[in-house]
Amino acid sequence: MKSNFIPPIGKISNVNGQCISLIGNDIDTDRIIPARFLKCVNFDSLGESVFADDRRTLKGKHPFDLEENKNASILIVSSNFGCGSSREHAPQALMRWGIKAIIGESFADIFYSNCIAIGIPCFTLPKKSIEEIQNYCDIQSLLLEIDLKNSLAKSKDLNFNLEIKESSRKMFLSGEWDATSTLLDNKNLIDNKFNQLPYIKFNTNFL
Amino acid sequence: MSQNTLFDKVWDLHKVSSLPGGSDQIFIGLHLIHEVTSPQAFGALKDKNLKVKFPDRTVATVDHIVPTDNQSRPFKDNLAEQMIETLERNCLEHKIKFFNIGSGNQGIVHVVAPELGLTQPGMTIACGDSHTSTHGAFGSIAFGIGTSQVRDVLATQTIAMNKLKVRQIWCENKLSKGVYAKDLVLHIINELGVKAGVGFAYEFAGPAIDELSMEERMTICNMSIEGGARCGYINPDEKTFSYIKNKLCSPKNENWDKALTWWKSLKSDKNSIYDHVVKLDASNVEPTVTWGITPGQSISINQQIPLLDDLSPNDKLVAKEAYEYMSFKPGQLIKDTPVDVCFIGSCTNGRISDLRVAAQVLKDKKVSKNVKAFVVPGSEKVATEAKQEGIDQIFKDSGFQWREPGCSMCLAMNSDKLIGNQVSASSSNRNFKGRQGSPSGRTLLMSPAMVAAAAINGKVSDVREFIN
Repeated sequence: MKSNFIPPIGKISNVNGQCISLIGNDIDTDRIIPARFLKCVNFDSLGESVFADDRRTLKGKHPFDLEENKNASILIVSSNFGCGSSREHAPQALMRWGIKAIIGESFADIFYSNCIAIGIPCFTLPKKSIEEIQNYCDIQSLLLEIDLKNSLAKSKDLNFNLEIKESSRKMFLSGEWDATSTLLDNKNLIDNKFNQLPYIKFNTNFL
Repeated sequence: MSQNTLFDKVWDLHKVSSLPGGSDQIFIGLHLIHEVTSPQAFGALKDKNLKVKFPDRTVATVDHIVPTDNQSRPFKDNLAEQMIETLERNCLEHKIKFFNIGSGNQGIVHVVAPELGLTQPGMTIACGDSHTSTHGAFGSIAFGIGTSQVRDVLATQTIAMNKLKVRQIWCENKLSKGVYAKDLVLHIINELGVKAGVGFAYEFAGPAIDELSMEERMTICNMSIEGGARCGYINPDEKTFSYIKNKLCSPKNENWDKALTWWKSLKSDKNSIYDHVVKLDASNVEPTVTWGITPGQSISINQQIPLLDDLSPNDKLVAKEAYEYMSFKPGQLIKDTPVDVCFIGSCTNGRISDLRVAAQVLKDKKVSKNVKAFVVPGSEKVATEAKQEGIDQIFKDSGFQWREPGCSMCLAMNSDKLIGNQVSASSSNRNFKGRQGSPSGRTLLMSPAMVAAAAINGKVSDVREFIN
């Protein structure tokens, strides 16, 4: 966990950092942050509890406990990462531990939108490329430079064309990933829509 | 790209604008909140100096952290007490309707909204909970969101979202006796896999779905997310309308007629286009039990736990993890696996019809001495109804503990937890590692009737042996 946590803000066009590899399909958000840590009214202290049970089981050998990974910021995952519960506490915990971007074979839908909403770009790569990165990380540390403008990841030895949803890429480049203000810009359209919806009128018993 | 499905129609109706990059701004007709995923959203509103735009479109209840043994305040757990107080304060400050404990309408958010008549066809519904897909059973388009999106809904009543593709899952024939909606949805997830639904809304259709009651349909849509689909829905029909009629918040008199006319116009067209269609035969489904650590790892009651060689390369990795975590051997039968805890409840299977079915199995029977069994009604209404029907007594006589409404051991945020590597037979929705409160606890998902059968025998059993 990084004590000097500063949440991302504004345009995100590059993420440079060391990779941390976490092998396994279908890693769910209960594993990323077990439910007992959801008893909180802010996200501040979640970083230290990320993967709490998995880490306890592995007694110091979990990637998030290894000394060589302590400054890592780019998480490399397998397929269907972040499935299960919609808890935003999961990406918030990862972010507070130090993760700034994630590259994986695939992501669960809600986890993906939560990441985008808090400023963690998620990229996909084919299984083969993920395995290449994982194998590389087994031997030596991998420093990646991610360029969102061109969807590229570069390093001394490895280069990849990353996949990212075009809408997400544009939001990061323009700094509009924090959606509230963009949505509020359409205040009149929202009011018009509210007035047009058929069910608003007949639901007079609504609370 | 899908065309003229119910999903397309409801999406288009609620579309406020196209956002840069290709996502849409979607109006949320009904927003449901609870104590776990909303406090940070209200905090963010405060930080940004924003108000709740349409307080009438948000409804709150408390479910995840509530104790099910003693609900008197303050709660014994200080953190739980702090969370409920925060929700009470936020609802009061922003004039949001809150169904608190003792109101007669508190319960699991996905049980409460339908029973109040808030959930209706043609609406968009969002909630900071992945099982929001439940509401799709009424022909609404409902999906789980994270806390940042809860903030967006509070502030703007809209969210930014990419339109989903639509897969129709056509279920031919009908379920056999002793086989329930839970078995069908576990079967579907097993067939399609836990990530097949990523990027999709699931439309459940066909004779087997038409046959289901509204509560069974909720069970199906509820677990769409376990198949990777954040949204699942069923086209509304007469059963849908009659379920909604005369509920507390449903339209009345001439408004009912107007509503009905509109709702009847809402369904996927005969010639609608889907991105993908899957067909399966519901009559082949048998009582189904999970054996692993994802909801896709399930087998029929008489099947063996799959051998590694029988699985696809992609499934092998998680299967290996599952054998080890569950202490099961490949090829072992699931039937007769001893269980320590039996849990009936959750937004998947904590409704009155679930309790009725389980009570039928339990009537004049006793829970095995080796089993701790408890039932948590999905809501105060479910509990009241069960008491009126004498169902609570059947549970108690059998040896089940009768608890107060809440999410309870589905996710174990209160004190209802597995201990050590206990095995639970559970009517809930997730068998993830550690899900039920112990980092080494083991969960076998099954229908409430199957949980009742397991409770009696003290081991995984075929409920069909209990019913004539």
